[in-house]
Formats: sequence, structure tokens, C-alpha cells
Amino acid sequence: MNNASRPVPHSPGRRALLVGAAAAPLWAGRAFAQADPEVAAYKAFVGARAVRTERLVLDIPRIADNGNLVPVRIALPGPFAPGAEVKSIHLFSQKNPVPQMAVFHFPVPVGRVEVESRVRLAGTQRVAAVATLADGTLYAATADVIVTVSACIDGT
Amino acid sequence: MTDARIQVPAQVRRGDAFEVKLLIPHPMESGFNYTHDGKPIARNVIRVVTCRYNGTEVFRIEPSSGVAAHPLFTFYVTARESGELVFEWADDAGASASARAKLIVID
Repeated sequence: MNNASRPVPHSPGRRALLVGAAAAPLWAGRAFAQADPEVAAYKAFVGARAVRTERLVLDIPRIADNGNLVPVRIALPGPFAPGAEVKSIHLFSQKNPVPQMAVFHFPVPVGRVEVESRVRLAGTQRVAAVATLADGTLYAATADVIVTVSACIDGT
Repeated sequence: MTDARIQVPAQVRRGDAFEVKLLIPHPMESGFNYTHDGKPIARNVIRVVTCRYNGTEVFRIEPSSGVAAHPLFTFYVTARESGELVFEWADDAGASASARAKLIVID
């Protein structure tokens, strides 16, 4: 009797839990669609050109406690065919007031394409890096960073 | 501005890509901050940093206000001949500075 009566008070809770579990992915999907983390400056830079995403490494913390100082490393492993060396790497931010954070130029071919710096991020956002090769090929990488304390919080 | 810190290897093998670290003490004032009196602080960021290796430009950076204060840059240069790396930079306030590092290339 105890066993028979127990599930009754429990079942609404379980059902609610199930409904909640079923609804969660839908809700998450919608939230993702609403806040589409597009990096506008990156889109504008790339335009209609084709972008490859399999090679460029964008190393940035998943969670950055201090948005005023976020270490970032961008690397493009070689080797590079003659005429297809890296010419520049652009680094874009989704939410910063100045979306183009830095540009790194390689006037001469270098044996190891890797740059490291520290950037400011105004809030949780997506960052994008694009490497332009001498033959026009574009390699891109994006990363989402959760920023606990934003840089340049506000001017109020 | 001239007390930049540079780190390059003491010796490098010809043809190898060696690591260069450059730290420039600079506030990188973004232009989005205010004083205690509520007056805006003018933007003053480093606009360009160049690295020349025996006269040839081998690396150039165009930072923005999105680069943290006292910017640190790490990059690689391919060793060719013994000589000197010269770093130069200029900011919005019109100030410019340079720093040098000696390099010995071995075979």
C-alpha cells in the first residue's frame, strides 16, 4: 500500500521534471538563435570570400575573470607552400566598441606563425581570428569567452 | 616609453624561427574612460609596432584600444644573420620610441 501510494504524490514532480528536460533543449536552441553570436566585423572583413576553418588555432580562455587582460594565442601550423605564406592575422571582437582588436602583419615569410598577446574584452562574447595567406586563402577560427568582469564597463 | 622589455634568445641557429617577446609599458588609454571629475580621458593607444631585423621589416602590429594596457607581444622571427632587432612604436599622442636587441646567429 505504501508502495502504491508513494508514486502518486511524486509523479507530478517527475512529470514536471520530464517536461522540463524535454523543453530545455528547445528553449536553449531558441535562446541561441536569438543571441546569434555573430562577429560583425569578422563577417564584414571576410565578405563573400571562402573561409577554411580546419587549420587556424585560436587559444583563449573559456572563462576570463578579468576582461581587461585576456591572454590570446593565434597559431597557424605550417608548412606553407611557396607563394602561400601568411601575410596577416586579424583579430576581431563581437562586442568591443572597437571591433578590430589587432592586426599582425608578416612582411617576410616566417618559419613559425604564432602570435601571442593580451586583449580587452567588453563582456561575454565571441572572438574571431582570420589569417590571410599570400594566395588569398583565408583561415578562420572563433572562440566563445565568458568574461566575468568586463573591460570598459560603461561611461555613466 | 623607452623601458620596454625584450626577450630574445642569446644564440639562435641559422634558419630557425626564434621567439621574440616585447613588453611595452604604455597605458593604452582606450578613450572610453572618465576622470573622477567626469571628464573623458582622451584615447591614447599604440597605433603601430614594427620589428626590423638588420633593416628589414619582419613583423608589424597594428593594435587598437582592444589590446590590454602594457601590451605584451610574442612572435617568431626566422634567423638569418647575426645582427640587431629594432623595435619601434608610435601612439596617438604622437610619442614614439624604439628598443633594440642584439642577436647572435650560429651555424
